[in-house]
Amino acid sequence: MIKITDLKKSFNSKKVLDGVNLDIEQGKITVIIGRSGEGKSVLIKHIIGLLKPDGGSISLDDEDITAMDEKELNNVRKRFGMLFQSAALFDSMTVAENVGFPLKEHTDMDEDKIMEIVKDKLKRVGLVGVENMMPADLSGGMKKRVGLARAIAMDPEIVLFDEPTTGLDPIMSDSIAHLMLETQKDLKTTYIAITHDIPLTYKIADKIAMLHEGKIIETGTVKEIKASTNPVLMQFVEGRAEGPIKVY
Amino acid sequence: MSGFFEYIGEMAENAIRVTGEIFLMLYQSVVWMFVPPFKLRNLFKQMEFVGVKSMFVVLLTGSFTGMVLALQSYNALKRFGAESLVGPTVALSMARELGPVLTGLMVTGRAGSAMATELGTMRVTEQIDALYTMAVNPIKYLVVPRIIAGILMLPVLTVIADFIGVAGGYFISVHVLNINPGVYIGRTIDFVKVEDIFDGLIKSFFFGLILSLVACYQGFYTKGGAEGVGRAATKSVVMASVLILIADYFLTSMMLK
Repeated sequence: MIKITDLKKSFNSKKVLDGVNLDIEQGKITVIIGRSGEGKSVLIKHIIGLLKPDGGSISLDDEDITAMDEKELNNVRKRFGMLFQSAALFDSMTVAENVGFPLKEHTDMDEDKIMEIVKDKLKRVGLVGVENMMPADLSGGMKKRVGLARAIAMDPEIVLFDEPTTGLDPIMSDSIAHLMLETQKDLKTTYIAITHDIPLTYKIADKIAMLHEGKIIETGTVKEIKASTNPVLMQFVEGRAEGPIKVY
Repeated sequence: MSGFFEYIGEMAENAIRVTGEIFLMLYQSVVWMFVPPFKLRNLFKQMEFVGVKSMFVVLLTGSFTGMVLALQSYNALKRFGAESLVGPTVALSMARELGPVLTGLMVTGRAGSAMATELGTMRVTEQIDALYTMAVNPIKYLVVPRIIAGILMLPVLTVIADFIGVAGGYFISVHVLNINPGVYIGRTIDFVKVEDIFDGLIKSFFFGLILSLVACYQGFYTKGGAEGVGRAATKSVVMASVLILIADYFLTSMMLK
């Protein structure tokens, strides 16, 4: 469904993506793992058209996203939802206004219908009675849940997750993992997550891709990744300081 | 020596880049201003923030400026035996110069810095990126209502500052300096023309554009977390204040030709 081919991106003289190749299957959960600063966020921002690459292409249903203008990109973006690392909720809006925001902007639904959908999406992520709360009053885990409710508000075909468990305690991380699995199963959506949370990855991934030094160095199912003998991948998933990856 | 020239070159390059980006933002804002749908609720919210919430500071500034102008002009005009001209002096100074400039500077300090801080925070917490991912153009959603609010509300606030300044001048002239109220009002009506007030309003329109555009630019392109947000707020106030004073000179010289 999404085909990334030879994607390249540099900032000043630093090569961040150096020929990324990756196929993302429809209706599956693909998790891209890699160290902090390896360009995972840069890669995900290319997928939704927030950044333009220096070279290569990203095809969505055989249409090259990287060649699209802003108007065409906006049509494509309506097929996406995205959960940001910090949840990126609008500070000045209530939880209900945040979740209902894309519906209000892109549909002709009346307030009652929007509120009905907002309550349904919030219920799906395990939140009831928080509609009138402000983002500042929510815990980190609740913010991520509201962010997920907003990401799935328009019933998108693809949802992107930027470090969905960063900053959460292990129990809340596990709860987010369950939530991702449940919502993906319910909605049959394509989920793409970037993370360095290995327990989360093993729990949710249909396919894992490891990004290292600007390239995808290994892809496979959880079973295949666990069985891999690639020393870089092994060092990363086992969380060892010793190995081919240099720690600065 | 080469370091010095490098520094000058970098400064020039930076100034050209910033000017280009500001004009690009202005161009995009003008284009998006006429693209439906029009979100009036968002615009009214910004008009309330820029206009209604700046009212108190403008009233305070306008009234004390009018009062001090009355004292100073009385002191100067008394030397020529022209105390009866205190009224028109205060009114002309307020309408043509101090009303629009002081309103511009006060709104820059209050609303401009807040705009830059709000947009800067939205930038560093990825809220602006979130708008893009939801297929909502942030220039249309965030910048356009702020610019329209700036250019609509500054003239309104300027009229209020002019009026309260003249009233303050009247109060001091009549009750403290013992100028005859009939003379004060009569002379003011004789000397002040509608075009004096109109020229001041044209200035305030440009000042509203400058302060909102600069604040939006600084906030929108904030980099570097909380420190960057603070820097954006400071830069927006300094840059908008300086540009308002520079624009004031050129607008005045054009109007007096």
